[in-house]
Amino acid sequence: MYVEIMTPDVEIYKGDAELVQLPGIDGSFELLNNHAPLISALAKGKIKIRTGGKERFFDIAGGVIEVHDNKVLILAE
Amino acid sequence: MASLKDVRVRIASVKSTRQITSAMKMVAASKLRRAQNAIQNIRPYAKNLLKIMQHISSDMDNDGEGQFTADRNENSILIVTVTSNRGLCGAFNSSVVKETISLVHHQYASQFKAGKVNFYCIGKKGADGLVSAGYKPMVLNTEIFDHLNFNDTIVIAEEIMQLFLDKKVDKVMLVYNQFKNAASQILQVEQLLPVMDKNEETSQKETGIRLNYIFEPGKQEILEAIVPKTIKVQLYKALLDSFAAEHGARMTAMHKATENADEMLKSLKLSYNKARQAAITNEILEIVGGAEAQNG
Repeated sequence: MYVEIMTPDVEIYKGDAELVQLPGIDGSFELLNNHAPLISALAKGKIKIRTGGKERFFDIAGGVIEVHDNKVLILAE
Repeated sequence: MASLKDVRVRIASVKSTRQITSAMKMVAASKLRRAQNAIQNIRPYAKNLLKIMQHISSDMDNDGEGQFTADRNENSILIVTVTSNRGLCGAFNSSVVKETISLVHHQYASQFKAGKVNFYCIGKKGADGLVSAGYKPMVLNTEIFDHLNFNDTIVIAEEIMQLFLDKKVDKVMLVYNQFKNAASQILQVEQLLPVMDKNEETSQKETGIRLNYIFEPGKQEILEAIVPKTIKVQLYKALLDSFAAEHGARMTAMHKATENADEMLKSLKLSYNKARQAAITNEILEIVGGAEAQNG
C-alpha cells in the first residue's frame, strides 16, 4: 500500500509500506495491505512503518488518517 | 541652475539610496523563495484535510453542530488582521487596514456602535494603521513572523478559539493577503469561526461511488478532533500566505524604487554634465577675454 505522511510544514514520508502501526485515540492499531476504507483520529505517539523488513518511526502530536483504495494518507501535527 | 556641488551631493545620496533598495530587493527575493516553499507545502495539506472533512460530513446523516460550527447571534465580532512587521512593501499593509475599516463601517456597523468589534492584529503595521485611524486593537502579536512555524500558530489559534468558546466573540473574521505570485497579492476576507460548511459544491461533484468508511472511534469524535485542526491549519495557511505575499510585495516595491533611482541618476548625471560644460565654457571665455585685453 502507498503511504503518505504530511505535516503542515513538511512532507515526512511518501512511499510503499507493508505495515503501518498508528497511535489511535482509543489505542494503537495496525494497517496491512488492502485495508477497508477508514477514517480515524490519531493521538500523540509514534507511527511505525515497515517496508521490506526495515522499520521507520515518526513522532507525531496527533492527526487524522484516511485509508481508501490501498492509499494511506496521514495528516500529522 | 543648481551648482556643480549641489548636483554632486544629490547624485551621491541617490546612489546610496539605490544601493539600499536594491539590497532590500535581493533580501526579499531570497526570503520569498523560502516563504513560497512553505506555502506550497501547506496547500496540499489543507486540501487533504478539507477532503477528509467532506468525506466525514457526506457520511453524516444529520448536520452535527459542534461547538465550533454552530452559528450564533453576531453580537460581538473579532477581526484578525494579518500584516507585516515592516513597511516598504507597497500597498500591502494599507489594503488590509482599508478593508478592515470598511468591514467595520459597512458589514458590522451596528456591532461597532455597541463597541463590540475587536481587533486581533498579527503584524505591527496593521496595528499601527488601525491606531492612526482611531481604533484600538485588542491584541497585537508581532513575534510570530520572527520564526513562523505551526506550533506558534497553534497558540494564537487556541487563544482565539478560547475567546469563541467563552462567548466573548461570536464571529471571527480573517483579513489577509493571499500570495498569488511574486508580483500580485489577493486580499482575502475569510470567516474563521464559526467554521463554515465549504463542502456544498464539491460534495455534489463526487456523488458517484460512496465509499463506506469505517470511523474509528466514531464520526462525532473524529469531527471534534478534526474541526479545531482545520481552524489551526486555516490560520497557519493565512499567515504563510501573508508572509510570502509580503516578501513578494516588498520585492516588487523595491524593484520599482531601484528603477526610479536609476532614472533619477540618469537625469541628474545629465544636468551635472551640463553644469560642468557650462562652467568650462565660462572659464575659456574668461581666459580668452583676459588674453584679448592684454594683447589689445
